[in-house]
Amino acid sequence: MAIAKLKADATEARLAGVTLPDGAQWARAARGDALARVRAMGLPSKRDEYWKYTNPSDLTAVDAPSAALFDGGEAPLFGDKECLNIVFVDGVFDAQASDPLAGEGIEIMRLCDAMAADIHWAKDLYGVLETRGQVPVERPLAALNTALATDGVVIHATAKVAKPIHISYLHADETSDANLHNLVKVDAGAEVTLLETGPGAARFSTCLEVDIADTGAFHHVRTQGRDHERRTVTHCFARVGAESTFKSFTVTVNGVLTRNECVLDIIGDDAVAHVAGVCVGDGKDFHHDDTVFITHDALNGESRQVFKKVLRNGATGVFQGKILVKAGAQKTDGYQISQSLLLDEDAQFLAKPELEIYADDVACSHGSTSGAIDETALFYLRSRGVPVRVARNLLTLSFMAEALDEIADSALADELRDRLEGWLARHG
Amino acid sequence: MLEIKGLKVKLEDEDKQILKGLDLTVETGKVHAIMGPNGSGKSTLSYVLAGKDGYEVTEGSATLEGDDLLEMEPEERAALGLFLAFQYPVEIPGVGNMTFLRTAVNAQRKARGQEELSAGDFLKEVRAKAKDLKIDADMLKRPVNVGFSGGEKKRNEILQMAMLSPKMCILDETDSGLDVDAMKLVADGVNALRDAGRSFLVITHYQRLLDHIKPDVVHIMADGRIVKTGGPELALEVENNGYADILAEVS
Repeated sequence: MAIAKLKADATEARLAGVTLPDGAQWARAARGDALARVRAMGLPSKRDEYWKYTNPSDLTAVDAPSAALFDGGEAPLFGDKECLNIVFVDGVFDAQASDPLAGEGIEIMRLCDAMAADIHWAKDLYGVLETRGQVPVERPLAALNTALATDGVVIHATAKVAKPIHISYLHADETSDANLHNLVKVDAGAEVTLLETGPGAARFSTCLEVDIADTGAFHHVRTQGRDHERRTVTHCFARVGAESTFKSFTVTVNGVLTRNECVLDIIGDDAVAHVAGVCVGDGKDFHHDDTVFITHDALNGESRQVFKKVLRNGATGVFQGKILVKAGAQKTDGYQISQSLLLDEDAQFLAKPELEIYADDVACSHGSTSGAIDETALFYLRSRGVPVRVARNLLTLSFMAEALDEIADSALADELRDRLEGWLARHG
Repeated sequence: MLEIKGLKVKLEDEDKQILKGLDLTVETGKVHAIMGPNGSGKSTLSYVLAGKDGYEVTEGSATLEGDDLLEMEPEERAALGLFLAFQYPVEIPGVGNMTFLRTAVNAQRKARGQEELSAGDFLKEVRAKAKDLKIDADMLKRPVNVGFSGGEKKRNEILQMAMLSPKMCILDETDSGLDVDAMKLVADGVNALRDAGRSFLVITHYQRLLDHIKPDVVHIMADGRIVKTGGPELALEVENNGYADILAEVS
């Protein structure tokens, strides 16, 4: 009981003085419900099984720990790509830096505007997938985001959208604490790409709810900025319809704490859902956690999880990945691989792969490995004259290649590969 | 070119002496062959010269044009002009063959103070050389040695050798796992590189490769030493009578 009390007290402390953003009646109700969910669940603590490998205290603390600003001196990512650009600075919409919110094949607006409208499709999505995603595992920080999110982008794709939507999350204030919430609704036959880049804030929470109708497609590529001291928690909830496609890829470089949760519900037959990512971390202050939960509740679904982590100097990587195949979800093809490359003996990787299968005609596989650089390959490269540092970086990049291959757009993949190469050259 | 004197080598992790005072001199522009029974230390010799970890040199020296090889890192030896064609070329998933070749060529050029090859020049050169070895564009694009047949891997070794144009080439059982046609192709590749300024050390079990790559000198190696040296006729003797006679004669 003492633990429950502690948890309730910590939750109340965090919520004390919090005011929910205003909006239309339905929006206020959605936020109020979310707040009630937070109270009912309590905020996570390191005693929770789901947070066994990642201490959430920085994410639940009343005040956000500050994070120094960081200028890596690199050009903004995806700058060469023609996109619909949207900019938030410490969670605040920057109208001047953003393109007009309009485009062919999409209806797009700010979340706060959508939530001020008495009637809006966002009502049927905001907090809805998040609520579904609370079972069977509770995700109180997602509910907290639904309650507190001040803004975000709502996107309704009605056709194949040629231009990706690129949301840049800039960090300009060392003590900023931001919650943004994005909604994506993809109609039948429609297709849209969402790019997200940047650290967002000293403490940054994002929640993305994606509803993909039958035969729709959603592509997502995200990078989380190079700020060393940032703390980030992200949630992605997707409902994946028949013959539809969901693909999400995340690159994480640096950061004190990153927890990326992805909860995918495959509800229509012949659907494809892929979630993948790479992270590179140097130093004992780096902690990166990928937590994935994929539910197959339809025939002939294909899911893939491919995660690669490069860790050195005491960096920690965590992977919790689950595939749940419900009774009747026959012909499911579920694949999960999580691997770490530990560049020295101080780095650590903690993995909890899980399969739970109630159908009898499925192909599911999972693997998890931790390894060092392959010495035989290293010698082979060196024997051809490649200096040891370059050879090691080449092999490290090759380790990440299987994950990077998950990005369908090769130009984006190449750009990310170059950035990772740069990181390795600086940290090698 | 290559001068090895009294070389003694043991395994780093166990007390096992493999090379027991090996002497060998390969003159510039010459092709030397080393034959010998299994376990005589032929592959160890090639690895020690290339700088692989796991061996400890307890005595002796090995120099390339007067430079002490044993003090150098593997990449420094390569930049100096030493090349080892591996018996078992290593598969490297995720690294494209082309990227690998270009990185290696330019790293060596850089180490020697030369300008890096431009992408265009490199491509032209690699395509021409690949064509001679019947290596198609697809093989160049694939990850290094991944999914290559035994013959393709060996041809890929020769392609690397051709691109890097080393002074001293060591071929470690390059004929192993090759059918007759593939052996001919590989041998032609090697012969095309024969040059007054380039030396070869061909390690092999069988005389057959030496039908194609005609050696100037043949050495018989046994129990960590060179036990007999002669002309090409020595290889024929091995082919006809095996090692037993020679070993009995020298012991």
